[in-house]
Amino acid sequence: MQLVRDPSSSSYYVTDAFYRELIAQFADWQRDELAIADLAERDRFRMLIEREARLLDQLKFDEWLAMYAPECIYWVPATPEGGDPRREVAILFDDRRRMEDRIYRLRTGYAWSQAPRSRTVRMVSNVEAFAAGAARMVRSNLLISEFRPDGVRFLSGFCAHRLVEQDGRWLIAVRQVNLIDCDQNLRNPSIVI
Amino acid sequence: MLEKVRAPGRSASASDLYDWDELVQEDRVHRLIYTDPAIFHAEMTLIFGAVWVYLGHESQIAKNDDFITTRLGLRPIILLRDSQGVIRALFNRCTHRGTTLCRKDKGTARTFTCPYHGWSYLNSGKLRAVPWPDGYACDFKDAKYNVAQVPRVDSYRGFIFGTLNLDAPPLLDYLGGITKPIDEWLDRQPGGKIAVCEANRLKYKGNWKLAYDNSGDGYHVVFSHRSLLEMENRQADVANKGMSYYRSSPDTAPMYMAYMGNGHHFKDKRPAIEKRAGGLWAVEGPAPGTEHYQEELRRRYGARAEEILDLASSEPVNINVFPNFSLLGNHIQVFDPVAVDETDVTWYGTAVVDEEGVLGGAVDEINALRMRTMEQFPNFGEVDDLANFEEIQRGLGCLEDEWVYMHRGLGIPGRVKTDANGVIMAPATDEAFMREYIKEWKRLMKAEPNIAIKREP
Repeated sequence: MQLVRDPSSSSYYVTDAFYRELIAQFADWQRDELAIADLAERDRFRMLIEREARLLDQLKFDEWLAMYAPECIYWVPATPEGGDPRREVAILFDDRRRMEDRIYRLRTGYAWSQAPRSRTVRMVSNVEAFAAGAARMVRSNLLISEFRPDGVRFLSGFCAHRLVEQDGRWLIAVRQVNLIDCDQNLRNPSIVI
Repeated sequence: MLEKVRAPGRSASASDLYDWDELVQEDRVHRLIYTDPAIFHAEMTLIFGAVWVYLGHESQIAKNDDFITTRLGLRPIILLRDSQGVIRALFNRCTHRGTTLCRKDKGTARTFTCPYHGWSYLNSGKLRAVPWPDGYACDFKDAKYNVAQVPRVDSYRGFIFGTLNLDAPPLLDYLGGITKPIDEWLDRQPGGKIAVCEANRLKYKGNWKLAYDNSGDGYHVVFSHRSLLEMENRQADVANKGMSYYRSSPDTAPMYMAYMGNGHHFKDKRPAIEKRAGGLWAVEGPAPGTEHYQEELRRRYGARAEEILDLASSEPVNINVFPNFSLLGNHIQVFDPVAVDETDVTWYGTAVVDEEGVLGGAVDEINALRMRTMEQFPNFGEVDDLANFEEIQRGLGCLEDEWVYMHRGLGIPGRVKTDANGVIMAPATDEAFMREYIKEWKRLMKAEPNIAIKREP
């Protein structure tokens, strides 16, 4: 797909209409009648999510970014209900450019919160896929074991991936990570969660 | 009804804990003030009980019967607007057995019923009912059964503070000169108002004073935040985004630090920014939606768009009210001690409230952009500071290397000046504010606060 404006260097797609659609897309999608029973299709999304978890554990950020649609969102709400990102700050709400900013910062060598880098292992499980028109919504549970020099801690929650098919590939349009303690004070949330 | 309390921090052993003049010297402080659990315990009364402490914002309890739960030092507090509209800070503690009465972060309630034995209270703190009262010989009309509350609660332009100290000056006197920058911070918002809208909530394993030491520190910026500065400017034509004004010669750059008394200080970086509508927006780092909203607002509002866009930009000030409150950018930052080596730092977001409609319908759009600009610093700046605070706490584990220095700017003739109002002025990179606030801390650690709680009659 040819984009007139490069979302890596400018942000034109995060508009009122975009927010409205996003909020609608992330409401009321975990409905049994929308669940995809076809095992092959579910397995395709399970593999995609497992690969993303592995790439993040391996700090292969370029490959991770390539799993996303050009106009994408990585979103960690600050409230268990997700909230309205137009009216509330989130733990993070990154568009394509800010995702690349985040990676750029981690690579500067001066991101002291990640010096040394955390070592992580991610478990993803309970993968369910739901139809959302031509798109797919996928729910998975996430457990990140994170080692820093003073010990291991755990971050857990569920992910909601919105996937879209572009040129025969399924790409991540939105990844929402709902931490179980998202409304609590978190120590050093500087990894890509 | 007031109940005088013999401050537990003032037992004979606590008052003689240390020779405070030895621990806090002109140019340095002893590591123990950050590491000693006994000092931390004493601070919970001598600091957090003795001065006005920030508790919350009126927009969080906008209507009668609204409440939030918060802390005063380590004391769990229900901050509420009661059924008559009175703002109160109740101890979140049943008078019967000490159980917390409320376990929610926020909500609306006319009464609070203890989950343990069913004692219930009105939101004024008055005892409403006790199950099977026939089993008691006492008179439950005795005020001692009403919930304890902070005896003095007051607001300044929406910011709610409380103190247990009957001898503390009135809030307005305590704030003193720092009200001027607070007013300016508010008055740049339409109607002079903001509303709290969720938060970036962070925690570090370190003493709470490390955050307050840092709150006015202009010396650390280019080092601690180097990754942020490089990130924000990676695509900029002119590398002027964010706090770039610190980069070349911050000692002489047009910005300053002002110590305003009572531990409060103000770092003003506004003179480093071009003073024009859109001047702030011109140095704001990129955020999700930046180009879209900028073009959309300029198309609709023409030249007026610049001052609207400035509302989504980070105001270059640090307004620090001792011991736990800071206004910076568009954030209300609150420091909550948890333990001698653990602190919660909460960055409350603030939204524009345009009751008079002066923004001509742009309020939702500017807030959508402002939410994203506010997420920038906690994500890419604060995390690195907190990592450095944790590493200070670790470094202070070296028992024999006792001193921590705060002497930047000290002893250089003509560098630190005191104006006619007693405000101490210094370059933004000096540690003068640290030396001054820690003197106030020392004075408080030696003083005898007149601690009391209140109960409804």
